[in-house]
Parts: sequence; structure tokens; C-alpha cells
Amino acid sequence: MILTVEDFLHIDLPALMAAVLAAVSCGLLGNFLVLRRQALIGDAISHLVLPGIVVGFLIAGEVLTVAMMAGALGAALVGVLLIEAIRRLGGIESGAAMGVVFTVMFAAGVVLLEQTGSAAVHLDVEHALYGALETTLWLTPTGWESLADPAVWATLPREVTTLAAVTAIVVAAIVLFYKELKIVAFDPDLATSLGFSARTVSAGLVVLVAMAAVAAFDAVGSILVIAMFICPASTARMLTDRLSRQLLLSVLAATLAGIGGYVLAAFGPFWFGGENSLNAAGMIAVVAGALQTLAMLLAPRYGVLPRMFRRWRIRATG
Amino acid sequence: MTLAEVFDVLLFRAGFNTAVVLAGAAMLGAGAGLIGVFVLLRRRALVSDAISHATLPGVALGFLAAVGLGLDGRNLPILLVGAASTGILGILAVQWIRDRTRLPEDAAIGTVLSVFFGAGIVLLSHIQTLAVGGQAGLDTFLIGQAAAMSRADALLIGGAAALVVLIALAAFKEFALVCFDPDFAGAGGWRVGRIDLVMLALLLAVVVIGLKTVGLILIIALVIVPPVAARFWTERLNRMALAAALFGAASGYLGAAASALLPRLPAGGVIVLVAGALFVVSLLFAPARGVLAGAVRRLRFRMAIARRQGLLAVAGGEAIADPIARLVLRRNGLIDRQDRPTESGRTAAAAARREQRLWRRYRADYPTDAIADREWSLAPIDAVLPADLVAELERRVAAS
Amino acid sequence: MLTTPQPSATTAAAPLAEADRPLSVRGLTVAYHHKPVLWDVDYSAPAGGPIAIVGPNGAGKSTFIRAVLGLVPRLSGEVRVFGRPVERQRRAIGYVPQRSSVDWDFPASALDVVAMGLYGRIGWLRPVRNRHREQALAHLDQVGMAEFAGRQIGQLSGGQQQRVFLARALAQDARLYFMDEPFAGVDAATERAIAKVLAELDRQGRTVVCVHHDLQTAPDYFRHVLLLNGRVVAAGPMETTFTVANLQVAYGGLLAAELAATAATA
Repeated sequence: MILTVEDFLHIDLPALMAAVLAAVSCGLLGNFLVLRRQALIGDAISHLVLPGIVVGFLIAGEVLTVAMMAGALGAALVGVLLIEAIRRLGGIESGAAMGVVFTVMFAAGVVLLEQTGSAAVHLDVEHALYGALETTLWLTPTGWESLADPAVWATLPREVTTLAAVTAIVVAAIVLFYKELKIVAFDPDLATSLGFSARTVSAGLVVLVAMAAVAAFDAVGSILVIAMFICPASTARMLTDRLSRQLLLSVLAATLAGIGGYVLAAFGPFWFGGENSLNAAGMIAVVAGALQTLAMLLAPRYGVLPRMFRRWRIRATG
Repeated sequence: MTLAEVFDVLLFRAGFNTAVVLAGAAMLGAGAGLIGVFVLLRRRALVSDAISHATLPGVALGFLAAVGLGLDGRNLPILLVGAASTGILGILAVQWIRDRTRLPEDAAIGTVLSVFFGAGIVLLSHIQTLAVGGQAGLDTFLIGQAAAMSRADALLIGGAAALVVLIALAAFKEFALVCFDPDFAGAGGWRVGRIDLVMLALLLAVVVIGLKTVGLILIIALVIVPPVAARFWTERLNRMALAAALFGAASGYLGAAASALLPRLPAGGVIVLVAGALFVVSLLFAPARGVLAGAVRRLRFRMAIARRQGLLAVAGGEAIADPIARLVLRRNGLIDRQDRPTESGRTAAAAARREQRLWRRYRADYPTDAIADREWSLAPIDAVLPADLVAELERRVAAS
Repeated sequence: MLTTPQPSATTAAAPLAEADRPLSVRGLTVAYHHKPVLWDVDYSAPAGGPIAIVGPNGAGKSTFIRAVLGLVPRLSGEVRVFGRPVERQRRAIGYVPQRSSVDWDFPASALDVVAMGLYGRIGWLRPVRNRHREQALAHLDQVGMAEFAGRQIGQLSGGQQQRVFLARALAQDARLYFMDEPFAGVDAATERAIAKVLAELDRQGRTVVCVHHDLQTAPDYFRHVLLLNGRVVAAGPMETTFTVANLQVAYGGLLAAELAATAATA
């Protein structure tokens, strides 16, 4: 296969942008989920998005993104409220409450999807699970020089502009509410007693997570959003003890996973003589997992191997 | 579809094949519900999510292995062996991350779930490009498809599920012990690690045999939802296990029947929706721990407190601060719209004042008994303490 | 068994105007689900002198503090701090939660944690500035921890972590402090540091209400005591209230003989 500039600009560049933006917006929020032991809220929300999108689709009657977005956001919020209600009212452990709500709502989404024939139109279970990174096309650029033209940028695919907007919102929210997010993550009781209601801040975080999950859903599908929420933050968590540095490292890990995963999936097989590219969203999750594994093994201070080595040396010398 | 057809399916009369599939799905539901009870009580509900997603690359590898051996790629036993192998890897990965790194269990679960699933999808996208047949069947592992199951597959699934149920019943006492108090069990000489291992093995078995019917994304619903629903009905473990097994069996049976009647219905989704409906009913209406029963109890309790506090305020000639107390007293005609006590209000207030004084006297004079009884003084003192003691307290109150 | 009536909080302390009462609680009832944990608690804290809350496990000591702060819902009752509803007095209140209540592996330095005490005054949206960090450092110094300012909190010993919490409370600059078992499981140096801080806060006229589990040391550090077991067993000055009889009531007669002996000598 010969990669032409045009192909790259039409197919690969928009997909790369979508992958990186999805990874960065989810990865940033993931830091707070991981620190608050709420990593699985990301799991739950990414499942909850499906029925919302289907219902939004059914109401609007066509693939109208605004309706689907609104439906997904609504479903995510309803789901989180239900989880909280079941946890409190039934005295059920939060993991189990989550498991009940998101599986049942996801099942409702699957059944609706198959029953209503939305499957025939552009929306199917595979899309919901894997995303459609490969179909994000940007046909206007004609060459590298055309990228200097603002008019070309104005025709960016909808998925990419949505993701860019969500990423901007996420970054702004974290910068503005850094102090509040930090204290609520560390000590919610103290935060509440100081007047920073832990409940308010958590609700805001859930809204942001739902937004990021919905926007990223298109690009990477519902399951792989979870990798974006958890892996970059976990990677960064292994490498540093400072929150600000952790946030930056998670952005780095997310970007690497997005680019590396896409490149490996799109071009990797051809390097080994294959003829077809692989699923990019899946590969991004795999690369994110590989980066995290490297960090878990090799992180200078907390990595498993350096710690083993230090223990061995202490025993050897002492 | 006529009503007769519906009954034929439900009563196992719609052909041997459908009957086997229904029985298999019901048995699967029972096994999942039963093992789910212990998984829930051991607080491992979402570990099963990681396991089920981790089976996807195994299914894909199983397919590749079967094709490599020159067999049909859809050979169920080989696919299930593959699924079980990566499922085990997933469990080990979760445990390794949790025990050996600083990352908490929820992050470990999320990582394993999504990365294994991603790897599975990459492998599936590779398989789709291969020049062999049968790839399409792999999709059914995602969301399940009971109707398309062959008789041999259904027998395999039902038989394995029955085995799971038998082992879980045999190990019931051990599981219960480990769930209730692992430290005590360990101190008592039980090998907690081994019992846990058996539990995880049964969980893995349920997940793997459920792949074909319910699909890997929703199989955990069958492990989590029926036990949680059962939790609302009883405080006793054996009853809870029975209820969970029944709920699970009903979900599997009804869901598979619906899927057999309406080919477009994905079995996994319907099975989980049935379980979800059972859960909602339990959550709202179960008498033991249901929301409605709880709300009524809480409301009664809250109103009893408000009433007492309001009456004490009336007796002391103070304003009633608590708006709920004001509401309760008004509703009972104990105060009028201007918050002035009515005739019956004054009587009730005097009675509340007497109760309070007697209880106070009792607590002051018999402090050890009062604390030991944890007598919360909402109950009328005449109903709790013997009459001669109350009379004695009356005398002391009058004297002081 | 008959015991002498215990002096109640209101009669024992000198009469105070409502606005001078650091804390006054009336008819406080707290229940988890519909099981009461605290029942009908009336308590009025005297100004001056640290106050210990003492009682057996499950007596609702922590719940009392958490309910006063609004961290668990109150089923009924009214809480006033310096004469005004507690909700309107957040700035006047400092809180030291149990050390085990937070994740010490959190990516934050000792200085970061102390600076959190200042967040209330910094307010929403405004960032932490250098002068706040300097202030936080000064408070760390007060508890002898200035040299550990940049250390990740997980790498501190238990006692050092407790001192960080204490420095954070100092940063809150409150008039009324609630502390949940600050002395639990700390080393001797930290115990001295905490005692010093308690004395210093007392000297500045700030009130400290402290859940305390160690009956032996209670009389050394605290001037008043609130004996709690579901309801108020007794409250008042240490000398008259912290008696064997009262303790036996609070602990439901389960008090071991040696502990009773300690209380008697106190």
C-alpha cells in the first residue's frame, strides 16, 4: 500500500484528531475518577450512553446528533441517579448497584436497537461497541498547503469539532475548579464542612464524564471509552506523586495511545505484509494498556521491577 | 404469533430443540443467580465484569485455533476453552494490579475489562478479513442469541450450568462462611484462598457458558441482578440464594422464550430486561427491605419523633420549631391553624410531658438498665415497664 | 441500682448568653435507616477549655460531630454555633476528621493538604497563591513539620500525618474545632505536639470538641467532658463528671475494673 498525502489528510488525519481528542478529554477526567475510587463510574456511564443514543434517535427519527447527544446525556444522568438511589435506598454496595443499572439499561438499548430497525440505519450494535473511527472522513483538504486555509478547517467532520469543543470544556473546567476537584477528591467531608459541597462537585464531575463519554462514543465506541478513562490516569498515577504532574502525564499517555493505536491499526498490518487494517479503537485500548503495563512494571519509584530490585539489593548488601 | 404458539413455547411443546434451549437458559440463570449471591456478598460484583469482557480475545483465539486445526471456527467447546483461558488471565491481571501496584481494585477492573476487550476487537477485525467461513457467528458472543443455538450446544450449556449449581450447593456452607467473615474462617482453619478460588472458578464457568446465550456484555447482569433483587426479600442467606436462583431461572427461561418467538429480539437483552423487571419489582415492593416498605417505616418513625417533639414544645409553652411537627400536630387536630393547642392537644401534650419525665427519671435512677435496654422512649412507658415500677417512678417524679 | 443524679451540662457551667455558647445542640436525633444512633441529644458546650467526647464503641461519638457539621442528615434537632445556625457559621468551624478517613496515597504534599484548610477563605474559583502557601508553611512549622512540607503525604508516619491534619485545622483559623480521635495511634512526640496545640488553641480562646477514646489521658488534656452512649449520659467539668459511676453508666457496666480504677484516681 502506498500512502498518499491526500489519503492521509482525508482519512487518517481526522481519525487521528478524533482519537487524540477523545483520549485526552476522557483521560483528563479519568484522573479524578481513579483518585476517588470511582473508575467504574466511567464504565457505567459508557454503557448508559447507548440507550440514550437510541432513544434520542427514535425521537428525532433520524441520525440527528443533537437529539442523540441529549438522549445520551440524559440517560447517563438518569443512570447515575438510579445508581445512587439504589445504593442508598436498598443499602446495596455501589459496585453492585452500578452493575444492576448499567447492564439493564444497556440491555434496553440493545433490544430497542434491534427491535426498531434502527439497526438498518447507520446505527448498530457493532458501531456502539467499537466506534467508527475509520469512517470519520474529511474530504476538503487537497494537500498540506490547504491546511493553512481557515475555510478548510471550517469543514472539519462533526465528530472532531464536537470532541474539540468537549475537550476545551473539560480543560477549562479542570483549570477553573482545580482546587475544588482536588479537595473533594482527597477529603470530601472537609470539603463539605468548608462549604465546597462534595455532592455538587461530584455531580459536576459526572456531567463532564457523561459529556466526554458521549462525544467519544462516536469515535471509539462505548467499551473502549473505559480504557480512555482509566488507563492514561492509571499510567500517570504510577509515575508521580503530584496531582498537577499527574494530569499532564495522563494527557501525554492519552495522546501517545491515540496516535500509537491508530497508526498501529491502520498501518501496522502492512508492515508485516498484511492487506487489511485492524480495528483502530481496539488497538488504541491495547496501546493504552501496554503503556500502563510498562508504567506498572518500570516506574522508577512505584514500579514492580524497580521495587523488586531495591529489595533484592537491600537483602544482598544487608 | 398466536397465544397458542406462546404457550407451546412456554410449556416446552414447541419442538425438542426449543425446549432444550429454554431449559438450558433457565439452568444457566439459576446457576448464575446462585453463584452471584456469593459474588455479591464477597463484594466482587464488578470483578465478573472484567472476567466477561476478558473472554472476548479468547473467543477470537479459539476461532483462530479451530481454523488452524482445520475444524469449523464455530466449534463451541474450543471457543469456550479459549474464552476460559483469557478469562483466567483477566482475573489474574486484576489481582496482580490490585496486589502488586498502588492502583486500587476498581482501576484494575476497568483496565483489564477495556484492554482485553480492545484486544478482542482487534483480533475480531483481523478474523473478519480471513478467507474462511463462520466469522459472522462470532458476533453472537457479544449480545447473545439463544434461538440459533444447536441442540448439542444447548445440552452442553444446560449440563455445565447444572454442574455449577450442584457444586455451589455442595460448597454452600464454606462459601457462606468465607462471605460472612473471611478472617474468622481463616482463623478457624479454612483455606479461604482455596474456597475463593472455587468461587471464582464457578463464576468463570457461568460467564463462559453464558457467552453464547446472553453474550459477554450482558452475562454479568445475570450474575449481579438476580442476587441484588433477592437481597430485598430476605435477610437470610439460604432464602436469598433460593430467590436469586429462581429469579435467574425465570429470567433465562422467559428471555429465551421471547427470543424464540420473536427472532429479532436478542436473547441476552431480553433475559437481562426480565431480570431488570424482577429487580424493579423487588426494589419497590419487597416487604423486607423494599423502598416502599422502608419509606413507610421511616415516615412513621419520623412522624412519631416530630409528634413527640411538637407535643413537648406545646407542653413547655414554646413555639414549635420543626415544620413537620407542626404539620403532624395540625393533621391530628392537636393544634389549630394559629398553632394554639386544642383540648385534645393539651391532653396529648401533658401525656408526652409525663412520658418524658418518667423516662428521664428511669434513666437517672436505673442508668445501667436504661442503657442496656437501649430503650429509645418512643414506646409508651406503660407498655414497656411493669406497672409497679411506673408507679414508683411517678411517685419519685412527683416528689422531686 | 441507684446512683447519685449526674449534674447536667446546663446546670454545671456558668450561665452564658446564647451568642457566647460555642455550641448548643437541642433535641438532636440521628438515625441510620430507621435505627437511631443518637437520641434526643441536648448539649450546650461551655466556652473555655477543651471538651472530650467519651463513650464506648458505637455510642455515636463520631456521628455526633458529623451530624453537627451536617455531614450526616439530622432527623430532628437544632444546632447553633455562637448563637447562629451551624449552616451559617462554616467559617467559624474547623474540622479534623479521623486519619483513616482519607486516602494517604493521594498525590498531594503535606503543604498541599495544609493549604486545603485555607480553601474556605480563598473561596470558589480563586486559585491557591504563593502567600497562601507561605501561610500554610507557617502552620506546618507550628506543629514542627516545616521540613516535611514537600513530602508526599503517604511517606509520612502516622503521627506526622496527624500533625499535618492539625496544621490544616490551624490554617482554618476557626473559633470552634471538632476533632475525631486525633490521639488515636500516634507516637509520643505527636501526642505532645497535639497537646501543645490544644493548649495553644485554648489560650487563644478557641474551643475544641474532641472525640477521645483513651480514658486514662482524658483528664490530662481536657477540662470538660461529654459522656455519650446513644444519648447524653452526663456532661460537665472533668472533675465532677468523669466519675466511675458515670463511666460505668456510659459503658453499660462493661467497664473493666482497671479502667474504673484509673478513672477514680483522675
